Amino acid sequence: MAEITPNSLKKNTKFFKRNKSFERSLNIYGWIFVSIAVILLAIFLFYPIVNSLILSTMSSKGIVQKFVGLNNYKKLFHDEVFLTGLKNTFIFFIIQVPIMLLLALILAAILNDKTIKFRGVFRTGIFLPAVTSLVAYTILFKMMFSLDGFINKGLLSMHIIKNPIPWLMDPFWARVTVMIAMTWRWTGYNMVFYLSGLQNVPDELYEAADIDGASKMQQFFHITIPMLKPIIVFTSVMSTIGTLQLFDEPMNFSQGGVTGATIGPGNSLLTMSVYIYNLCFKYMPNFGYAAAVSYVIVFLVAILSIIQFKVAGDKK
Amino acid sequence: MKVKRVVGRIFVYLFLIIAFVVSVFPFYWMITGMTNTAVDVIKGKMTFGSHLIDNFKVLFTTYNIKRIFFNSIKISVLTTVGTLIISSMAAYGFEVYSSKAREKTYAAIMLSMMVPFAALMIPLFKLIVKFHLINTHAGLILTSLASVFIIFFFRQSFKSFPKDIIQAARVDGAGEFKIFTSIVMPSMKSTYAAAAIYAFMTSWNSYLWPLIVLQTDKQKTMTLLISSMSSAYFPEYGVIMAAIVLATLPMIIIFFTLQNYFVQGMTGSIKQ
Repeated sequence: MAEITPNSLKKNTKFFKRNKSFERSLNIYGWIFVSIAVILLAIFLFYPIVNSLILSTMSSKGIVQKFVGLNNYKKLFHDEVFLTGLKNTFIFFIIQVPIMLLLALILAAILNDKTIKFRGVFRTGIFLPAVTSLVAYTILFKMMFSLDGFINKGLLSMHIIKNPIPWLMDPFWARVTVMIAMTWRWTGYNMVFYLSGLQNVPDELYEAADIDGASKMQQFFHITIPMLKPIIVFTSVMSTIGTLQLFDEPMNFSQGGVTGATIGPGNSLLTMSVYIYNLCFKYMPNFGYAAAVSYVIVFLVAILSIIQFKVAGDKK
Repeated sequence: MKVKRVVGRIFVYLFLIIAFVVSVFPFYWMITGMTNTAVDVIKGKMTFGSHLIDNFKVLFTTYNIKRIFFNSIKISVLTTVGTLIISSMAAYGFEVYSSKAREKTYAAIMLSMMVPFAALMIPLFKLIVKFHLINTHAGLILTSLASVFIIFFFRQSFKSFPKDIIQAARVDGAGEFKIFTSIVMPSMKSTYAAAAIYAFMTSWNSYLWPLIVLQTDKQKTMTLLISSMSSAYFPEYGVIMAAIVLATLPMIIIFFTLQNYFVQGMTGSIKQ
């Protein structure tokens, strides 16, 4: 095989001319390779994104559509149901995400320590929830947290509580249940990200810290967290996107599922995505208004992501 | 000092064991649950019962479980195969033949990862209605063939593929598609395996989009079946448990047989 370097090509002018047409043909091949995906994405991703934004400025009842400008967005501020959805979504986001990520970080830091026995078994077991479908695990938890179910029975028999907790019948406890379930499903998943990130951290760093007499706690805050910062930002942005469009869990935790009158006791589990679904498919369809709600999620994801990147960047 | 160490160790193991038991217990409970009656399940019975066959009988006679399971398999396999071909080709095109226009296209595609599905849902639904694909599996598959995340994932792996080999093959007279199909693809087997698991799992577990597109019982998937079973007036919890096991088992089998690819498929993309 002949050795070809850019320099040897340039020296040969005849080859260089041919090379130019060759480059052009390569460019065409480039477009051919990406074409199917680009066409599909244009139709099923970019068109909907743009269309949804346009739709959000329309009022649509049935087939009749008319332009209403920002009225849909203005209406949102007075919409009790929307505000409930916004509040619920934020409660889940602010409480559940930090607890889950911290738990995942601690577990990763422990399981990265090579002196721990049965590391593989622990890692596999803790990751296992991540293979379940969101619907399946939600229903599993719904059964476990029923009034005379497994969890209450366990807590009563251990004398931790005197009366059964109304897990899914009380707004406060319903939210707690959803957060416990979500933490179960996603902690191991996030832990795996941190573990793979920790593989790039040399063991010598921890050994040196050990010799210097740093405690495990100090090592966690001064080595593990700073070294994992980019991955922590990545996982927290991913969790933000995931939590802001929470749908499968609230829908399946609530009595009656998709057809239920309220989502959780007193709509305590109603999220923005659930509201969008209801606006489109449950009540008299109002696609324009639903599109406005969906763009609120887009704006919130963008703002929260920027904040997270900024916070991480400043500390550097 | 030494005592403190030992006590610390004990706490660490205690913590790990609790995390492990909490993570694994629901799987155990799911398996005992499918052998119990509805009342036993809801009352939190933890031991095996004798209703396994009864539960499966109900599952097979009341619900068209064979067809629904096959629907899920069909949709997930076709989506996975299609996604792998289309997304890996696109990633190869973006990585190997770089140009400014394509780089901008790629950036736009990546940025769209931030847009939640809820924002696409309504126009996407209207499109599917317009194309007469409502209540068809084609409607589900077609819309998920080009996966942004998998394009990103493949491109990250193609970055480490030596470009000299591609050049050498060109000098030897191999066509561009031939290079891709007979040199690049075979040497990236583990990347394909990891992406396949990711694509299969996403499709197998998806709920919201199938809920919108598929409307009749005949077309339903496992996820939709479980959801509708549990929202019935008198849910048959033992039968639901059996269905949950059926829906979860394929993923658990894939996980334990291809564990390394599995984890790679989830985290490989952020190695850099």
